[in-house]
Amino acid sequence: MSTSVTTLTGNRGLQVEEKLIFEQDQPGRTAVDLPAVEPYLDRLGGLRRRGAIGLPGLSEPQVVRHYTRLSQKNYGIDTGFYPLGSCTMKHNPRLNEKMARLPGLADIHPFQPESTVQGALKLMHQLAHWLKTLTGMPAVALSPAAGAHGELCGVMAIRAALEARGETRTKVLCPESAHGTNPATAALVGFEVESIPATADGRVDMAALKARLGPDVAAFMVTNPNTCGLFERDIIEISQAVHQVGAYVYMDGANYNAIVGRVRVADLGVDAMHINLHKTFSTPHGGGGPGSGPTVLSAALAPYAPVPYVVEQADGAFHLVEQVLEATASGQQPFGRMKGYHGQFGVFVRALSYMMAMGRDGLFQASGDAVLNANYLLARLSAALSPSFDGPVMHEALFDDRFLKDTGVTTLDFAKAMIDEGFHPMTMYFPLVVHGALLMEPTETESRESLDAFIEAVLGLAERAKAGDAEAFQQAPRLTPRRRLDETAAARRPVLRWTPAVE
Amino acid sequence: MRYLPLTADDRRAMLAAIGVETVEDLFRDLPASARIQDPAAAFDLPDHQGEWEIEQALSALAGQNLSAATAPSFLGAGAYRHHTPAALDYLIQRGEFLTAYTPYQPEVSQGTLQALFEFQTQVAMITGMEVANASMYDGATACAEAAAMACRVTKRKKVLVSGSVHPHFAETTTTFLRYTDCEVEVLSPDVFGLEDLLGRLDDDLACVIVQTPGFFGPLKDYTTLAEAAHEYGALLVVATTEPLSLGLVTSPGEMGADIVVAEGQSLATPPGFGGPGVGLFATRSKYVRQMPGRLCGETVDVDGRRGWVLTLSTREQHIRREKATSNICTNSGLIALAFTIHMTLLGEAGFTGLAELNHARACAAADALGKVKGVRVLSQTFFNEFALSLPKPAEQVVEALAARGILGGVPASRFFPTYPELAEVLLVTVTEMNSDEQVAALVAALTEILA
Repeated sequence: MSTSVTTLTGNRGLQVEEKLIFEQDQPGRTAVDLPAVEPYLDRLGGLRRRGAIGLPGLSEPQVVRHYTRLSQKNYGIDTGFYPLGSCTMKHNPRLNEKMARLPGLADIHPFQPESTVQGALKLMHQLAHWLKTLTGMPAVALSPAAGAHGELCGVMAIRAALEARGETRTKVLCPESAHGTNPATAALVGFEVESIPATADGRVDMAALKARLGPDVAAFMVTNPNTCGLFERDIIEISQAVHQVGAYVYMDGANYNAIVGRVRVADLGVDAMHINLHKTFSTPHGGGGPGSGPTVLSAALAPYAPVPYVVEQADGAFHLVEQVLEATASGQQPFGRMKGYHGQFGVFVRALSYMMAMGRDGLFQASGDAVLNANYLLARLSAALSPSFDGPVMHEALFDDRFLKDTGVTTLDFAKAMIDEGFHPMTMYFPLVVHGALLMEPTETESRESLDAFIEAVLGLAERAKAGDAEAFQQAPRLTPRRRLDETAAARRPVLRWTPAVE
Repeated sequence: MRYLPLTADDRRAMLAAIGVETVEDLFRDLPASARIQDPAAAFDLPDHQGEWEIEQALSALAGQNLSAATAPSFLGAGAYRHHTPAALDYLIQRGEFLTAYTPYQPEVSQGTLQALFEFQTQVAMITGMEVANASMYDGATACAEAAAMACRVTKRKKVLVSGSVHPHFAETTTTFLRYTDCEVEVLSPDVFGLEDLLGRLDDDLACVIVQTPGFFGPLKDYTTLAEAAHEYGALLVVATTEPLSLGLVTSPGEMGADIVVAEGQSLATPPGFGGPGVGLFATRSKYVRQMPGRLCGETVDVDGRRGWVLTLSTREQHIRREKATSNICTNSGLIALAFTIHMTLLGEAGFTGLAELNHARACAAADALGKVKGVRVLSQTFFNEFALSLPKPAEQVVEALAARGILGGVPASRFFPTYPELAEVLLVTVTEMNSDEQVAALVAALTEILA
């Protein structure tokens, strides 16, 4: 079977090969015209840069073509179905982008006098109100920059609360299916991490958890719905058991999309949960961020929330508390500051725009449709694939590689074959608790036609794998700008930047 | 509802395929005592709205802010307003960039990956370092990660933060290391760039963190500090909040820095009330395996064609879990893309030329402001931001300027309320966006307010 189409240029129709910007350099070219600078006396104290930096010069048409061509080598939600489990790749409404670019929201500075940014502070206050109302939690720290940063916020608040109680606890417990960020976060806050096993039905083993709980445990970090796409049915009992030994419940909100409007996490006994605005509330992932990870906190943890935060004053004006000292004067005990300035404000605007568009009725419908779509995938694919656990599932459906047994096709091969069929692959090999995981999260913004097309492709590929055509899978993808890349070589001899050829 | 494609018929057919009666049946694992059936009864929040209603509501909020789009702005202190070419915002809004995930599937992510490889190269070039990562959340968190990395590299536990460092960088670093066995000492604000760091070095120090240009403006040659730090076995971390300065000023790499961190906002996005920005993180090749964050590397595909992948991920949380170099996952990909596109549009001539233009305008403005009665320019050296001493509390002056429709600067007291000697210090930034008329308006208003 031919592996790729050969052309004289290496180009293939709309797929055009594109050199690095450094390889397109012509000295003196620029895409920006600047006024001449009159002679002046500089204040550089003798530190003027000597010698060229080596940045390439390109004109505007070249730059526009370069990035347009690069963009065409990417798959996005705008391109097609992106069922990446645990990532909630839902449609990113363009209204959000338009709102975030209003000059009164984009072209304002974090250190303007407060009197000149009352609208911005009110927007933060409104976003906080939505998040607190939906979760039932009394407080929210808006400043964390992404999910893992929100975890850090929650776990630091837990550590601060324990210290305020005069207690030293050393352990954080995580289920073995946890995202890697959970143990990495706990370690950053000085805790040792221990794993709690799962039951045969993919949930936290209550008996094992209860047996491990004790006065050395600071917190239990649990993703719910969990990374197998299942709701932890015993969450209330879990919270009670955790609280009974004086520990706190951190709920990883990566999968919050499934339960928005369906349950208030406060009613589950949760002490802290981050919310990925770039998942649940539709802000774009941008090829790897920026995200935003506001963290809701229970009454027990609220006093330790980091600065800055917005308060509404008696006169109706909004005030930003930026200094720990000011917070302490009003009875708070912030554990500190987590990032520069005031949080991911541009992401706040987009998330609020989405929440207002959906409203409480739309958010309720959205979690319903997300769960319906996932269960539809599970139902239609169960006979041909091997589901890891019984449904109903929440927002995502987990399969393992038993259906590929003895076919010579791996989960990786299967995922790469999906690419040639025009779909972004599902999440592969995560969670680690099942062998060769294929984790599919459709989200609520996919139509039934789109799901059906995906299902037909998956069923067809499963049939082809079982028919013994492993070779075709191992060659996939064939139709992409690049075929499988040598990741081992990349790691063995890292080339992390362009360097000029030695003359 | 416009973002939801399923119709009532779709839902019925799909429920039948699943074999349940209602969507609520699918939520049966949620505890019955906590499950919400009726959102209208459960939440005091509005129902869904159309586009124009949201536009009106958010435009009203936007209208309550004084934007630099209409008011002359001389604000800096870590966030800067530069012109962004029209092509930039158009390109980053291409859906294939905007709506892609982290490039875990390299065959369908070569666009993001190649752009990151170019970004890493540009960041390494302007900082004078050998390698850079694919971005951090922002400059402050990059600074905190640099301190943690220095502790790993040196196996030491003491971090010294100069008074030249942005207070938010210093506070974020202190918080980040608060519950580790590392300790952070932050020196008092250094307005004039006169603090003695050489005398504070010792054998226990993991790193010393300095900033260029300093928070109050000064430019300093850190070559001697780098050499002395290395003699003690410590690393020199150099932070910057205005990467455009690197187009005109000797780079930290040339001065001997081991890690360079920066807030890249100034070249990527409008100030945007302070976020999202993008953290730049660069270091020496020998430390690459101790670096936090994602790295894009060059490789070949099975047909031998050059391509790019995320690499050295054995440092990262999804592989290494509690032993990872950082817990970072999502970073600031799209803002890194904006940064790299702007750098490409500028090129060598544009980057160095824009830096020169900023400095020239700032010098002229400093001279004009220094002639206002009672005003003194405190910064002998600077790039595009300098400190003024006023005869009145700077916070009051800034309010009075705002009342005249001018965003005149950032009072140092906003960051250092417990330092009375800084109450009358004002930070003023002048960029290519500030015309001669704007500077004249600031001079006139200040003259009037201080009279």
